[in-house]
Amino acid sequence: MVMGVSKTKIDIQGLSVSYGPIQSLKNVSFKVNEFEILGVIGPASSGKTSLLRAFNRLSDENPLFRMEGKVLLDGVDIYKKMDVPTLRKKIGMVFALPTPLPLSIFDNIAYGPRLHGIHRHSELEAIVEKSLRSSFLWDEAKDRLKTPAMKLSGGQQQRLCIARTLAVEPEVILFDEPCSGLDPIATAHVEEAMGVLKEKYTLILVTNNTKQAARVSDRTAFFLMGELVEIDRTEKIFTVPSDQRTEDYISGRFG
Amino acid sequence: MIRLNPRLTQNVAFAFLFFSTLLIIVPVFCILFIVVRNGLPALNWEFVSAYPRLGMRAGGIFPAIVGTVYLVLGAFVFSLPVGILAAIYLSEYAKDHWLKRVVEVAIVNLAGVPSVVYGLFGLGLFVFFLKFGASIIAGSLTLGIMSLPVIITASREALGAVPRSFREVSLALGATKWQTIRRAVLPNALPGILTGTILALSRAAGETAPILFTVAAFYLPRLPKSIFDQCMALPYHLYVIATQVPNVKPSIQYGTALVLIFLVLAMNIVAIVIRARFRKRKLW
Amino acid sequence: MRKRPHEFFIETAIFLAGTVSIFFVILIFIFLLKEGLALFRTVSLWDFLAGKDWYPISQPPKFGALPLVLGSLWVTLGAIVVSVPVGVACAVYIGEVAPRWLRETLKASVEFLAAIPSIVLGFIGLVTLVPLVQNIFHLPTGLTALSGSLMLGFMAMPTIVSIMEDALSVVPKSYREGALALGATPWQTIWRVVIPAASSGVIAAVMLGIGRVIGETMAVMMITGNAARIPTTLLEPVRTMTATIAAEMGEAVQGSPHYQSLFAIGIVLFIFTFIINLTADFFLHREMADLKKPRKK
Repeated sequence: MVMGVSKTKIDIQGLSVSYGPIQSLKNVSFKVNEFEILGVIGPASSGKTSLLRAFNRLSDENPLFRMEGKVLLDGVDIYKKMDVPTLRKKIGMVFALPTPLPLSIFDNIAYGPRLHGIHRHSELEAIVEKSLRSSFLWDEAKDRLKTPAMKLSGGQQQRLCIARTLAVEPEVILFDEPCSGLDPIATAHVEEAMGVLKEKYTLILVTNNTKQAARVSDRTAFFLMGELVEIDRTEKIFTVPSDQRTEDYISGRFG
Repeated sequence: MIRLNPRLTQNVAFAFLFFSTLLIIVPVFCILFIVVRNGLPALNWEFVSAYPRLGMRAGGIFPAIVGTVYLVLGAFVFSLPVGILAAIYLSEYAKDHWLKRVVEVAIVNLAGVPSVVYGLFGLGLFVFFLKFGASIIAGSLTLGIMSLPVIITASREALGAVPRSFREVSLALGATKWQTIRRAVLPNALPGILTGTILALSRAAGETAPILFTVAAFYLPRLPKSIFDQCMALPYHLYVIATQVPNVKPSIQYGTALVLIFLVLAMNIVAIVIRARFRKRKLW
Repeated sequence: MRKRPHEFFIETAIFLAGTVSIFFVILIFIFLLKEGLALFRTVSLWDFLAGKDWYPISQPPKFGALPLVLGSLWVTLGAIVVSVPVGVACAVYIGEVAPRWLRETLKASVEFLAAIPSIVLGFIGLVTLVPLVQNIFHLPTGLTALSGSLMLGFMAMPTIVSIMEDALSVVPKSYREGALALGATPWQTIWRVVIPAASSGVIAAVMLGIGRVIGETMAVMMITGNAARIPTTLLEPVRTMTATIAAEMGEAVQGSPHYQSLFAIGIVLFIFTFIINLTADFFLHREMADLKKPRKK
């Protein structure tokens, strides 16, 4: 792994997020490097999911959402200077439970490109194949592209969701506890895909499974009750963390 | 006071409940039976394809059937788009504040307006004020507005039944709100929307009061040629031959009623079939 | 990325369509007022509302709407007296007592009744119920308020049954289970626990039933006779507001006082049903809210 100067992909400055009376993030500041996998760990209600949704602005859909601070993507303020659909094309999201649309495998993946104006069938076919290959689903899916996506197994569906996100050519991919509904083999497939994806994309992985973060991520951030407690290289966080609370969470004293 | 045996009370009470139910159900079947038995003899090809003769006492009811079809189609063309868009507003766009509540109250009220008041409204607005005259367009618009509350309510339910995850996935891929509605939500709500619309229109097909002054003609020698013409209609025709024209054979009256019931029933069945097939094929 | 303006147009259309229901309610009211209020240039409001003589085509014409209002009220009252107990009982039977396999058939039958056009029911009432009433009570004619009440009560059943059914189904299962666990028989549970819990639903059902009946036109027109006199018993012909409008609009010249008087009746009808619907809606909402609150200790 190159340990030289990494370019900052996302710069979070003093981000606070609240939904009505509930404050889910308190003055959070850190940077996400390009082409890294950043693991985000912490107990329930620590603000991890709010963080992700603040990045692709899905939080906007909630009428109670309020934010302060800045989030910069490649130096551009995503709340003030960027149009939301464009942002969401650049920052994709894979959700906790697999969420195929009630369409065929092909149409699921082609859904995104079609939104953005690509209609020629040959182009779509190329995109579908490329995306399925990148999420390691091509071999299993190539003979059943026109069959309903909902008939795939859970692990396959989740890889389909990854492929679907890749099809719009994002720069960052957010994973919100993507393996929570999957068995160990399916989980391994997803983690394998993530390891390859980071060569071309920046990945942020929120997970309840600290061991997964230890396996997969380059750096890890620990959140507790809306605050960023510590962020550092993964080996350091999991062996000699700087903060006692991090140590307690990782060793299972609470969670 | 005598302590009544609870078991006995229950048996008596349940018997009362049962007979009350019969009191409703039995007449329904009796009515159906009467209409079918007395109307079936009149039903032949001539009846549904010929014009009335001898002042409605003989011949067929073809123009009334056609008129009703035109009116229903006209109502459909107006109310379906408006109804869907209004439902989309309520389901996808409206925030939870006073405007949404006022709209909902307005819908409840529109649903409760008596059909004859709709007739007055159609007369005042479409026939006279907008100068359409008694015409298919006046009648269709009146029936369409009357059907709106049901269509909006059913569509709103259908839209609400689409899982939230579909919307989130679409938005997360960079879709705008309208793109999401058009591609991820609406197609999955369409069967429910169609079911509700067809049911609403089946009611409109049987309505007499709204069309009394806005479109219905006593007798027309030819079929209407434009939407500004009057037309005949089945419910009005039944009214006429049951109360205004003396000495009409009962079989013709019952036959007309039967055709009307068939039409309404057919629409109901279509709606129910759409709903059932959709439920079966739904993967979520 | 193509975004606005094509999106702007469709979203504007959506917003306009969303508010269209408010627009139409107001529009209906305005048109009724426009034509109906004109009557009161020549006729006083008191004469209209309290006048006992409705002779619109006599010289000079008299527009006392009281017989019509009372006609509507009598018929409605009679219908409600008949339909509410039977309707509630039927809903209770279908929802709480009937075996599962029978339930759907019964529901379908009641819904089928709702689908029959009112003109057909009016016709059937005319040829079956009216002669029956005439014979049973030895009347000169069977076209009476009673016939109207019976028929309309029958027609209101689907409304009442379905509202009651919904109200009963919202009552939490725990209420029933709690009562049964204490040793109550199923009937006692229904009578003392479930129905009281659904009481808002009963009120809403009654209100909506009233609204349904008061607004019915064709069946009433064919069955109640058409005598615009204040009824003293239910066994006389009456004229309802709705039937008056439907029967006389054809003869009224546009813009004439007669024409205006029919719109004025329309205003009265509109206001009645507006209030009834608002009340019913209020009770329906209250029931939903009540049942969601945690139970008091």
